[in-house]
Amino acid sequence: MQNPYLPYPVRIDDIRIATEDKSLKTFKFVFLDPDDEDRFAFRAGQFAELSIPGVGEIPIGIASSPVEKGFVTFTVFRSGVVTTHLHNMKIGDIMGIRGPLGNSYPWDLLAGKNILIVGGGFAFTTLRSSIVYMLDPANRPKFGDIDVVYGARTPGMLLYKDELVAWEKRSDINMHLTIDAPAEGWQYNVGFTPPITEQKAPQGDENTYAIVCGPPVMIKFTLPVLEKLGYAHDHIIMSLENRMKCGFGMCGRCGIGKELVCKDGPVFTLDQINHTPREY
Amino acid sequence: MKLVSIDKKDWEKGIERLRPRYRLFGPIREKTYHAFQRLDEGQLPDLAFANTRLSPKDIVFPQSKAILECSLDETKADHHIMKSIAGDDTPQLVLGIRPCDASALTLLDLNFNTDEVKDPYWIQAREKTTFFGLACDTPQSTCFCTSVGGGPFDEKGLDVLLVDADDRYLAKILTEKGAAAMQAAGWQDESDANALLERRRGAAEERIRSVVHTDRLKDIDILRLHGAPFWEDISFACINCGTCTYLCPTCWCFDIQDEVHQKTACRMKNWDSCMYPLFTHHTSGHNPRGTKLQRLRQRFMHKLKYFVDKHDAGIMCVGCGRCVHSCPVNIDIRHICNLMNQYSTEDACEAQG
Amino acid sequence: MSEHIDRIRDIAQRLLAEGRVDMIVGFRKGTLPMMNEPCFIKTPTAVDQLVWDSHCGINLANYLVDRSETIGVIAKGCDSRNIVTHIIENKVDRDKIVIIGVPCHGMVDKRKIQSLADAEIEAVAEQKDQLVVTAGGNEMTVPKKDVLQENCRVCIHRNPVIYDELAGERTEEQSDVDRYADVHEIEALSPDEKWHFFEDLLAPCIRCYACRNACPLCYCPTCFVDESRPQWVGKGQDPTDVRTFHFLRAFHCAGRCTDCGACERACPVGINMRVFTKKLEKDCFEQYGWEAGLTLDERPPLDTYRLEDPQDFIK
Repeated sequence: MQNPYLPYPVRIDDIRIATEDKSLKTFKFVFLDPDDEDRFAFRAGQFAELSIPGVGEIPIGIASSPVEKGFVTFTVFRSGVVTTHLHNMKIGDIMGIRGPLGNSYPWDLLAGKNILIVGGGFAFTTLRSSIVYMLDPANRPKFGDIDVVYGARTPGMLLYKDELVAWEKRSDINMHLTIDAPAEGWQYNVGFTPPITEQKAPQGDENTYAIVCGPPVMIKFTLPVLEKLGYAHDHIIMSLENRMKCGFGMCGRCGIGKELVCKDGPVFTLDQINHTPREY
Repeated sequence: MKLVSIDKKDWEKGIERLRPRYRLFGPIREKTYHAFQRLDEGQLPDLAFANTRLSPKDIVFPQSKAILECSLDETKADHHIMKSIAGDDTPQLVLGIRPCDASALTLLDLNFNTDEVKDPYWIQAREKTTFFGLACDTPQSTCFCTSVGGGPFDEKGLDVLLVDADDRYLAKILTEKGAAAMQAAGWQDESDANALLERRRGAAEERIRSVVHTDRLKDIDILRLHGAPFWEDISFACINCGTCTYLCPTCWCFDIQDEVHQKTACRMKNWDSCMYPLFTHHTSGHNPRGTKLQRLRQRFMHKLKYFVDKHDAGIMCVGCGRCVHSCPVNIDIRHICNLMNQYSTEDACEAQG
Repeated sequence: MSEHIDRIRDIAQRLLAEGRVDMIVGFRKGTLPMMNEPCFIKTPTAVDQLVWDSHCGINLANYLVDRSETIGVIAKGCDSRNIVTHIIENKVDRDKIVIIGVPCHGMVDKRKIQSLADAEIEAVAEQKDQLVVTAGGNEMTVPKKDVLQENCRVCIHRNPVIYDELAGERTEEQSDVDRYADVHEIEALSPDEKWHFFEDLLAPCIRCYACRNACPLCYCPTCFVDESRPQWVGKGQDPTDVRTFHFLRAFHCAGRCTDCGACERACPVGINMRVFTKKLEKDCFEQYGWEAGLTLDERPPLDTYRLEDPQDFIK
């Protein structure tokens, strides 16, 4: 019987500063036992518990994509005890990863559909995983149009900038990058994510799904925009956060109503969320 | 089901035969109340008790347990690689658990032993433990097991049910584990006193005075119940301590905490409580249940509504009455369950004049 | 029911009817013998719900902080001293509290009463200073003074020290009590004996924090046991962590504790943790001449420094 509390040992292979204010870093981990990488096989949208012995664990969305082999990456915001400790670690340090956890974006449902992705700030991690997955030649034919609206305060706060720019040049994905206020050298949109979504996003219909990930204030103003564009509540997909410990549905703390965010989620449709108490 | 008669004169002898084979646990009087403890050499369980102050769940789900450890010494080859701390497989036998507490274990199974994921520490503890229950002849005023699918002579979760029949115990053998223990103890005299057992059961059930209604809980809309007007009134007295959750045999929430002792890191699993503000506190400072009302509502919505909706097992309560008896401010689950069960949006809030 | 209840209800009704308060904080009858439940009422017609008897040991000052309403609170001697402490510590605005003072004759300890009976107690009726206890179908009469809460037995501040309305005649204060008899007993033990005493005392603790949460003084938004940066105390059942919680909490209450007994009353496993706060209360009294919560005009000893403060602990 697999012990769900036991992390797979990993080594930090690379650390990149992800934003200009250094509050986010992208960590690349390599499994010490290559078989563990197979055991960790995940789907875009899932998360994992990054486990630092003697310090603690944190639930972080998986930023790398299932199609990227040999490593896994996570982009982590420095905020508390564990994330601060992680930010001070070095390449070569050993720690652990538990997972994959959570229910992932509903890829079976999304096959053959048009996808609108709306992301804000550093919630873009699992969205990156999803985009890389969809753009992979083996998968691209499975999906219709792909539109991405992604906004941050300034260009330096956008995650994965090099990749964003590369995607922008592609013809099989429509990127709508935006920043809050004009900045020198910025060639793309200027404005908050909700109004840019209103301007650039495709209409909602039977065949189009929206995946929305961002800070609460962005979500609050984006949802009415999506409704206006005709997206039904069961066509709006969101990923929630909550305080977690076990990550596999037993310790009881991440529950909202009868759903556990770590096991029944973190991905929910807006329709499901509207039928649960607002305690997240 | 085989019924065996254990002459009380053979009780101690049988226990001494069990001692080398099982780690024995039983109720022991500590100052002013009983608690389940490991029975020392020669120590017998004290069965003259209504129920223990704390439930026996900590025998299979300890309040604080180190589950993983590793060395932080970077000169060691396996530094920072956590390993599970193997528990021992020594068989355990719990003598005198009440039917309510035993049936609570079957509710805890729904959390710790699912199809998708299993807690190995729970599974190991459950598998190595045999439960000899003691039927209740004199339920207390706060007991309401019969309202929640249980009863003073209920058999759920037990391997053997003992009934005190004055000069003997009648032992109803319910499982193979129970049969093995009975054989080890040398308690083998078969009995046909089924009628006596049934009479005792009926008499005990008649003595249960608290009635709690749960029939409508499944049908009430979850958001309506969540938004009911009575939460403010019933949550006022609550002081958000962990008494109810820690004494409760069906509460399972736990925390995972790392501790470092010199160069060893260990990961602990500790009981936790939804009553504490820290339970849902995000690092960002956001707390979805930052107020007392939200936390108290969560406890009762979880036990009496979310659990009901999620599993087909009734409410997440076995009617043991410990929370009622020990709550420092007299928050009463019986009253709250009845309030919730009868709630409909046409009702005005009766609590406030 | 105590003779004060009619006055309490009249006062409460008047305060609500006149709009002087938004709510009254008091007790309503509990669902178990010997228990009352703290409650609030907001309309004059609801005052009949309020009760007052010898089972009102819970400290209602615990319910006053971090509220925006104007509150009328029923307060006995110790509760009123906690309200004084709240005001001095700026946790409560004097203008937003209307204190209904109730002179107290001592609250009873339900565990002491239960220990006198062989069966579960079904009912307890009060007849002046006697209790008529019904258990297992039998009745027995018990003098209240034999079953008082330990803190009430040695109380010397039964009358409210601050009030806006008084719900009864002032009662005579006890003068022949040795408040620190239990502390002296422990002080007389050898170091080994003391160690075993405290080990034994705290062994049953399950870290439920009922003592802390029942205490009006413990209002920190994040208690020291919950801090993580840095983490001061472990969260498991290691005895060192359990003892640290109790000792540190007692020190945080030093010079502030009114010995209301709410902590011991709340503890589900019957720990007499008042031995710690009593010791610190004795130290404050003997070293600084201080008793908590008696006046709004002086600051507590841990808040102030005088040149003549004793220094014999500096060796």
